[in-house]
Amino acid sequence: MDAEGAIQLTWMGRGDIHPDILERVRRQVEGTFDRPTDLRVANGPPEEALDRKRGQYSSTMILRWIVTTMASGPTKVLGITDVDLFIPVLTFVFGEAQVRGAAAVVSIARLRLTYDERPASSPLVEARLLKECLHELGHTFGLVHCSDSLCLMSRSNSVLDVDQKGARFCRDCRQRLWELMDEERDES
Amino acid sequence: MKFKGSILVVDDEEIVRDSLASWLQEDGYRADTAPDGPTALAKLAQQPYNILLVDLKMPGMDGLQVLAQAKNLQPDAPVIIMTAYATVDTAVQAMKQGAYDYLVKPFEPEELSLLVGKLTNAQALRRENVLLRKALKRQFDFKDMASKSSKMEAVFQLARTAAKSSSTVLILGESGTGKELLARAIHAESPRRDGPFVGVSCVALTETLLESELFGYEKGAFTGAVGGARGKFELAAGGTLFLDEIGDISPKLQLDLLRVLDAREFRRVGGSQLIKVDARIIAATNRDLKKLVESGTFREDLYYRLNVIPVTLPPLRERKEDIPLLAEHFLAQFSTEMRKPLEAVSAEGLEVLMAHDWPGNVRELRNVLERGAVLARGPIITPIELELVEPASAPSPLGAPEPADSLKDVERKHIISTLRQHNWNITRSAKALGIDRVTLYNKIKRYQIRETE
Repeated sequence: MDAEGAIQLTWMGRGDIHPDILERVRRQVEGTFDRPTDLRVANGPPEEALDRKRGQYSSTMILRWIVTTMASGPTKVLGITDVDLFIPVLTFVFGEAQVRGAAAVVSIARLRLTYDERPASSPLVEARLLKECLHELGHTFGLVHCSDSLCLMSRSNSVLDVDQKGARFCRDCRQRLWELMDEERDES
Repeated sequence: MKFKGSILVVDDEEIVRDSLASWLQEDGYRADTAPDGPTALAKLAQQPYNILLVDLKMPGMDGLQVLAQAKNLQPDAPVIIMTAYATVDTAVQAMKQGAYDYLVKPFEPEELSLLVGKLTNAQALRRENVLLRKALKRQFDFKDMASKSSKMEAVFQLARTAAKSSSTVLILGESGTGKELLARAIHAESPRRDGPFVGVSCVALTETLLESELFGYEKGAFTGAVGGARGKFELAAGGTLFLDEIGDISPKLQLDLLRVLDAREFRRVGGSQLIKVDARIIAATNRDLKKLVESGTFREDLYYRLNVIPVTLPPLRERKEDIPLLAEHFLAQFSTEMRKPLEAVSAEGLEVLMAHDWPGNVRELRNVLERGAVLARGPIITPIELELVEPASAPSPLGAPEPADSLKDVERKHIISTLRQHNWNITRSAKALGIDRVTLYNKIKRYQIRETE
């Protein structure tokens, strides 16, 4: 399904993830943005994004790779991976997105751990992944970080922040999201 | 979307610039990038930035050089230096050169979030503070005069209009309300501002002296006139002549002045040559000229000649809302003059100032604050240092006034007592009374006070 205005979720992990988790995320994304949402699997993250010294993948390089390799149909592609992501000046990032752009990426690597780095329960990991996927896709529509700590668009610097925020956009961000989606539709 | 601010990222590595810009954009900042120092400086010269994130190690111009130049171009924009190679020396150097902070790569996302958030919040608060201060300090200015009162705003408005014309202005107001200051302000706003401002106090001189002072005299005009001299009317040519205490001039001088104002020409004392008047006249008095006209002590025709644009300065007791502003203004002045850090009058001090009736008006307030500034041991002036005790509770130097004494009697006695205390020194006595010398002379004349008393 390469429908116009569609969203594509691409699993680009080195390891495995239960397909049911991805399917549930897909359904939530489709419902939240009211856009046809497709699920695909790629052959892992692009190797050129790997920084061997840091043992982490550059989220910015992954975004570039997504943009250059994405099919012509969907307007948004969200890469989901299990490798740890970074941008050069920071120790890590949970994800990165092009604000009002086409590509976004989310890593489940740190979401799988508790604050003191023990494995987190599966439902918790899934809830976190869903929040971060909606958050990064929110950026691709033009939303920026929200000062309401319960809003999906609030910035998360730790898993505690992710757990603290809700799974919904606050009223202002929701309103803004509809406006931005309308603008995007008009532009296309 | 609310604009959160603009940030300039300066780094020679493209991936750093792009990823950091993207990260900042997610936060809602407008992120701009520059690959090297010269490009960054060119951007800084063109538009303002809220924060600068600068890499330390760059080929050509390094981060410290960018920092130094950026401080010249945008001194208020905080600079955060980023480096992968942390040494104490470079950190110290960066901070010494005015860097706001120093981050060692890679740093925690939370660290950057907090730092950038703190800086933009502080800037927003500063902006808000400035706006609030402006809103609170809604004040009207006219040259060196500042006020918050609507009465004074009307005065300034009228004075500004008057300044543009060359008509005669008559400034009315009690002693110490700032008549001369207003006259100077009108002059400074007028097309004659480049000409001289010549002031003469009509009360301080005898009739003959005032005549030669105003019109000048020729050689031999009177005993001692060994050479000729130009008078104030001539000296003020091309500028403004300020005639202070005009209500106190003698009938003869009133007539002379009327003639000069009518004919716009005059002769020096003892001279025959007619000299054109090329001065704008501003007259001032603390007397009720209309009453003086009614009682026959001031010529009606001269009154109308002078009363072309009358401006009345309200007494300080009628614009008490100006006291905090004036206190701040004078303290800043004294702080500079005395090279002493003076910040404010304490809340209790202001209460005392607000409760006082200020018969000597702004001049009295200035004197009280000057005394307070001298006595103040810290930057805050307290009521004790103001030494302003309300007359009701003040022990009179004469003892309690007799019940039959009128206000005038009390004033006369108080003046005599003050003069005695200061050995009949007019300047010191006037200062102690919170009035100027001219006013004290007036009062001495009016109450017929003699040194023998």
